[in-house]
Amino acid sequence: MTRMQKEEFTITAYTENHVGLLHRITIIFTKRKVNIESITASESEKDGIHRFTIAVTETEEAVEKIVKQIEKQIEVLKADYYKNKEVVQQEVALYKIPSKSLTNGIEVERIVRQHNARFLTIEKGFLVIEKAGFRRETKALFDDLIPFGINEFVRSGRIAVSREEHGIGEYVEQILSKS
Amino acid sequence: MKIMESQIVTKQNKKINTEFINGAEAVVKILIEEQVEVAFGYPGGAIMPIYDALYDEQDRIQHVLARHEQGAIHAAQGFARVTTKPGVCLATSGPGATNLITGLADAQIDSTPLVCITGQVPSSLLGSDAFQETDVIGISMPVTKWNYQITDANEIPEVLAKAFYIARSGRPGPVLIDITKDAQFQKFDYSYTCFKKIRSYVPKPEIDLSSIEKAASAINNAKRPLILFGQGVILANAEKEFKNLVEKTGIPSAWTILGLSALDTDHPLNVGMLGMHGNYGPNLLTNECDILIAIGMRFDDRVTGNLSKYAKQAKVIHLEIDPAEINKNVKADIPVLGDAKETISHLLKLVKLNSHEKWLQRFIDCAKIEREKVIDKELNPDSETLSMGEVINIINKHTQGDAIIVSDVGQHQMVACRYSKFSKSKSNITSGGLGTMGFGLPAALGAKLGAPDRTVIAVIGDGGFQMTIQELATIYQTKAKVKILLLNNEFLGMVRQWQQLFFEKRYSSTEMINPDFQTIVKGYYIPTKKVTERDKLEKSIEEFLNFDGAYFLEVMVGKENNVFPMVPSGAGVSEIRLE
Ligand SMILES: Cc1ncc(C[n+]2csc(CCOP(=O)(O)OP(=O)(O)O)c2C)c(N)n1
Ligand SMILES: [Mg+2]
Repeated sequence: MTRMQKEEFTITAYTENHVGLLHRITIIFTKRKVNIESITASESEKDGIHRFTIAVTETEEAVEKIVKQIEKQIEVLKADYYKNKEVVQQEVALYKIPSKSLTNGIEVERIVRQHNARFLTIEKGFLVIEKAGFRRETKALFDDLIPFGINEFVRSGRIAVSREEHGIGEYVEQILSKS
Repeated sequence: MKIMESQIVTKQNKKINTEFINGAEAVVKILIEEQVEVAFGYPGGAIMPIYDALYDEQDRIQHVLARHEQGAIHAAQGFARVTTKPGVCLATSGPGATNLITGLADAQIDSTPLVCITGQVPSSLLGSDAFQETDVIGISMPVTKWNYQITDANEIPEVLAKAFYIARSGRPGPVLIDITKDAQFQKFDYSYTCFKKIRSYVPKPEIDLSSIEKAASAINNAKRPLILFGQGVILANAEKEFKNLVEKTGIPSAWTILGLSALDTDHPLNVGMLGMHGNYGPNLLTNECDILIAIGMRFDDRVTGNLSKYAKQAKVIHLEIDPAEINKNVKADIPVLGDAKETISHLLKLVKLNSHEKWLQRFIDCAKIEREKVIDKELNPDSETLSMGEVINIINKHTQGDAIIVSDVGQHQMVACRYSKFSKSKSNITSGGLGTMGFGLPAALGAKLGAPDRTVIAVIGDGGFQMTIQELATIYQTKAKVKILLLNNEFLGMVRQWQQLFFEKRYSSTEMINPDFQTIVKGYYIPTKKVTERDKLEKSIEEFLNFDGAYFLEVMVGKENNVFPMVPSGAGVSEIRLE
């Protein structure tokens, strides 16, 4: 892969928890007409510090420039990007299917087990299955559930941690300990 | 500095003196603490409490009532550019705030420190589409370095302290603080501490000495080095160090229009202007140098032309404060991050005393060609009509490079930048990155208020003049002694030039049937004169410069004159056309 070919990247940013920062970050993408495939904001391991995880398919050159612009925002402590092989990543998907498919119970159960998924709830009219994994894995379960009728499907944004032993979190720790 | 230290102590001992005042009064107190002496703005419902508080402090803060919020913010920019202190601008909610957007975008792209304060509808009405409610935070986010909405007076001291700190530190930029009307009325325990640090913000990257060493060794071994300098030198207050570097290394140095005036225009190593309408030598030889040393400039496309044909042979050293600028447009072989004053000082110790006579001669030869083909014709035209260049040339003769030149946008801007002489820094004020027509007149007012002892000349075209012409009233009311030079070609000249060269002379909507500017300006009680003939030009310019007060001089210039040289868009810098 050269720097000029598009590929999947995960961008991670450690930030203060500040109203409007999400908008500040997304306009960096909008300005360059780069599509955000998913964006997740959550707490991080550090007290009071938030963490954004952004999935994009772009050239490395573009991603590098975007990351610098993200890091330039006042409330961003540190930002970095990773290729797929540099992170451990997951997405969570929920599938709501009609409970009448349970009359076909054995078959659904077999599929759920085979995909390493689980039943979250079984209600009168429907049941909800949860599956965490890579995009292709949640997609594979989706395909297998199609014959039973899928009433609703939702998948979370990508979450990822780097494969480095310390990585970006250590930088952030240094910044925090200095202040 | 001293104030800051004593205040830090106060912070550690926790609030000592507090006063029970309202948010609006706190805002005004903070402006005084931050040594703001002039603020520009326009009142309205949502910011009335702040204007009311200003009423009591008229001796300490001069409020300049512009005639349009865009005029107010451009004036604040002009003020900031000559002082390098944050310009302060006030506006009301809704239309007042949206009228600031062009100025914010201009200040953002040209790294101008501003603190803008907008009033906002009461917090209880936020999101209700209340009268004059606009999401100013949302709208201004892409064009501010930072912005924040205050809904509780208790936030005012810390947020405004942060605003001033962020606006002026690191790579400066505009900050907007939106304050709801209820927070302006709300009483609270006020105390103030200046800001010195934000943990998530690194205004000046730490200097990596090994990068300085690499840069120094490349410079010491260079055969044909070229320095490109931008506004970073001025913003870092590094003019002295920069001049020492240029003189010690003997390297020919060329400027961007925002870097102009950081080094005397007559300095023997100043080889002129870069970019689309820049000088022949620095453009041509950008593609022949072996080492390109860019200092505090961001390789704007108007400077580089076609990037795939830009300085491919050169090793690039980039001294820059903003990490996001490194490798953005031009790949840096040796990036040197840091504040220019510090990095240049370090570099100075490691570079050898040197000269590059033969290489410098190339620039001198190019300058000779350009003089014969372009400059002589512009400064001493054989046509009957006057040229813009000859007007600037006569001004130079009388100001001796001592004036502040504020230009608007268009042909006259390029001519003003190409031909004005400067012997002092922070003297060329122009809208570079955004190219905002209408910038010139209000910015000149702001510049005059920021540098009252200097001669300030606004050089404006007949198009741009009409974009902020209402600020003549502000000039009249403030009695600011701004010299207004209108170079009237009865055309949107720069666009017409492109139509002539690239659109087969199809002059679509660029010819203007103008009003009688003399009558208009007289209506604002500003003395005026109009010149159409060469033999009256010099005398009129003398009058213009010597008059003790604002003065409007309109010079009718050739309608279809072009600015040359020119790097056509899409072409490389060495494909620069002399005619
Ligand atoms: C606000 C704005 N609108 C449009 C333009 C595009 N533009 C650039 S130069 C120019 C012509 C300026 O005409 P004038 O002020 O008469 O100056 P001249 O070029 O004739 O010297 C125009 C329309 C601009 N730069 N800014
Ligand atoms: Mg014109």
